[in-house]
Amino acid sequence: MTTNPKKTAKKPEHPLDDLIRTDRIPHIWCSGCGIGTAFSSCLSAIKATGIAYNRFTMVSGIGCSARGAGYIKLDSFHTTHGRAIPFASGIKMANPDLKVIVFSGDGDLFAIGGNHFIHAARRNMDLTVICVNNLTYGMTGGQVAATTPSMAKSTTTPMGNPDAPFNLPLLAYASGATYVARWTILHTRDLTTAINEAIIRKGFSFIEVLSPCPVNYGRRNKEKPLETLRLYQERTIIKNGVNPAQADIDFDKGVVIGTFIDVDRSTCDDRYYATCHPCSDD
Amino acid sequence: MRPAVLTGEHYINGDVACAEGAIAAGCRFFGAYPITPATEVAEHMAERLPDVGGAFIQMEDEIAAMASIIGAAWTGAKTMTSTSGPGFSLMMENLGLAVCTETPCVIINVQRTGPSTGLPTMTGQGDMMQARWGSHGDYELIALAPSSPQDCFYQTIRAFNLSEKYRVPVLVMADEIVGHMSEKVVIPEPETIHLIERPKPTGRRDRFKLYQPGPNGVAPMPSIGDGYNIHVTGLTHDERGYPAMTVEAQQEMMARLKGKIRNNLDDIIETESYRMEDAEIVIVSYGISVRTGLSAVDRAREMGYKAGLLRLITVWPFPETMIRSIASRVKGFITVEINLGQVHYEVERCAGGQAAAYLVGDAGGKIIHPDKVLARIEEKF
Repeated sequence: MTTNPKKTAKKPEHPLDDLIRTDRIPHIWCSGCGIGTAFSSCLSAIKATGIAYNRFTMVSGIGCSARGAGYIKLDSFHTTHGRAIPFASGIKMANPDLKVIVFSGDGDLFAIGGNHFIHAARRNMDLTVICVNNLTYGMTGGQVAATTPSMAKSTTTPMGNPDAPFNLPLLAYASGATYVARWTILHTRDLTTAINEAIIRKGFSFIEVLSPCPVNYGRRNKEKPLETLRLYQERTIIKNGVNPAQADIDFDKGVVIGTFIDVDRSTCDDRYYATCHPCSDD
Repeated sequence: MRPAVLTGEHYINGDVACAEGAIAAGCRFFGAYPITPATEVAEHMAERLPDVGGAFIQMEDEIAAMASIIGAAWTGAKTMTSTSGPGFSLMMENLGLAVCTETPCVIINVQRTGPSTGLPTMTGQGDMMQARWGSHGDYELIALAPSSPQDCFYQTIRAFNLSEKYRVPVLVMADEIVGHMSEKVVIPEPETIHLIERPKPTGRRDRFKLYQPGPNGVAPMPSIGDGYNIHVTGLTHDERGYPAMTVEAQQEMMARLKGKIRNNLDDIIETESYRMEDAEIVIVSYGISVRTGLSAVDRAREMGYKAGLLRLITVWPFPETMIRSIASRVKGFITVEINLGQVHYEVERCAGGQAAAYLVGDAGGKIIHPDKVLARIEEKF
């Protein structure tokens, strides 16, 4: 009598398993969604720093991207809609030794949370803010966002978006961010490098990640999943150091990606502790 | 550099006394936004926190202030914010986050008169029901009401102790008069101040569950960096802290959130009685209105009425059992509060028809004169 070989109990290991709550997989992200790719880049970047994992914490708001905080095996916080940055600022100011990463979406960070973003950038709060920009509110079913291109269709702009979208790198730069980059989920190596640089450096670092939402954005705007990736490949131009004012998202003209800003400026915690605790030993 | 506990006699206002109470209690992070009549709390914290190695940040609004103190609390710090009506409204969503994630923190609300912008520089007690039910969903928290600057010092310390012990946000519901009035405040020797610290986990990290309750219903709380890889979410979660989108998880979580307060009422509820031994008429009040009540009781006694005062130091959870028990042996209650009926309805509910329940309220802006209470006593009793 023949028997099938017994399956080994040990599951195959993924190189990022040590940073994933494997007991929470499968994740909620749809087929064709780019968040998982941006999330993987973030995990790879964390790992590549070589910094002890217990010095990291991830904070998110609400939305599809914000669910990332629930999958990372670090001390992680899934907070209220739009409030990841002030929550993270509290953590940073109470314990400046921590590496604090905010991983959230465009709706969360720039509509309901827009005020917090500009003030954290102004203060040069030492945070790494990763914004997965899919041009829409994915979790609630595809409503217009502060990043939705003009005339694009959404469930709340069925005839086309009458408003203009934010240019996020320009907003970040104008607000005082000291590191500003944009990549797409097709540029995973560059994205991973950018997140890694952002984590290692001090200051308010902002990385915009263009990411497809085929279910709730692409479908309504006649853009098939592969077509979005083709735009990322063919209609983007890497221009490091470009003026963020030229970073509008218009795939007809071409979209600039790269590291736009990387400057040194003292951070909020450095200034506070230098001014208010001048005699402390550390 | 001044020490954390400024032992001695001081002539300070209630806002400053709250701040000194916070520093003495071990508060080391404060995030707030300026608002009358609570601004002096923030100003004093900005000045004092550097003395004790803490951090102060003025956030861009009260939503951010509340978020910052919840985040900071998870680094292991005792944290606080201060505000008044409009800012209190903005804090409500994140107050719910603190309740749901069982994050200890203290919120000072120096109440002014509303609704809306109202009378920013004048007193009120119109946020009492908002304190209880202002955030969405069902929950329990703790609210205390100081009635003098000295009391502000002690109640803020007590707020931190209860917050740490039960892992719940604690509200200190002061008001503009208590906050802005200067009186003698005695700060005792540090050794005499009893402080409670949050329970910390001790067991194996791989077996740790973030919300597995300890003996008093409260789970030990690790800090960021302790190596427990905690996940904290405002979604309904299971004992591990993981989101659990089921009816069962919701029932279990709510039982824990409510149970840790409702099963420890004797420890949490504090009241004070004045001339209550043989009282037939009970004046119920809290905060600055206690002073109206005290004067009214003495004068009513002079007039031959058997009046007494029940001062609510803890307003939420409400001392239901005590009011019910008192109701069985007195003629009636008069609740004195600077609103047009909030805590009064709770007293009426607990009196349950066993005793009459009347309100001496005010639309706000001033302390209630004892004459108004005496007139009601004469009218009803």
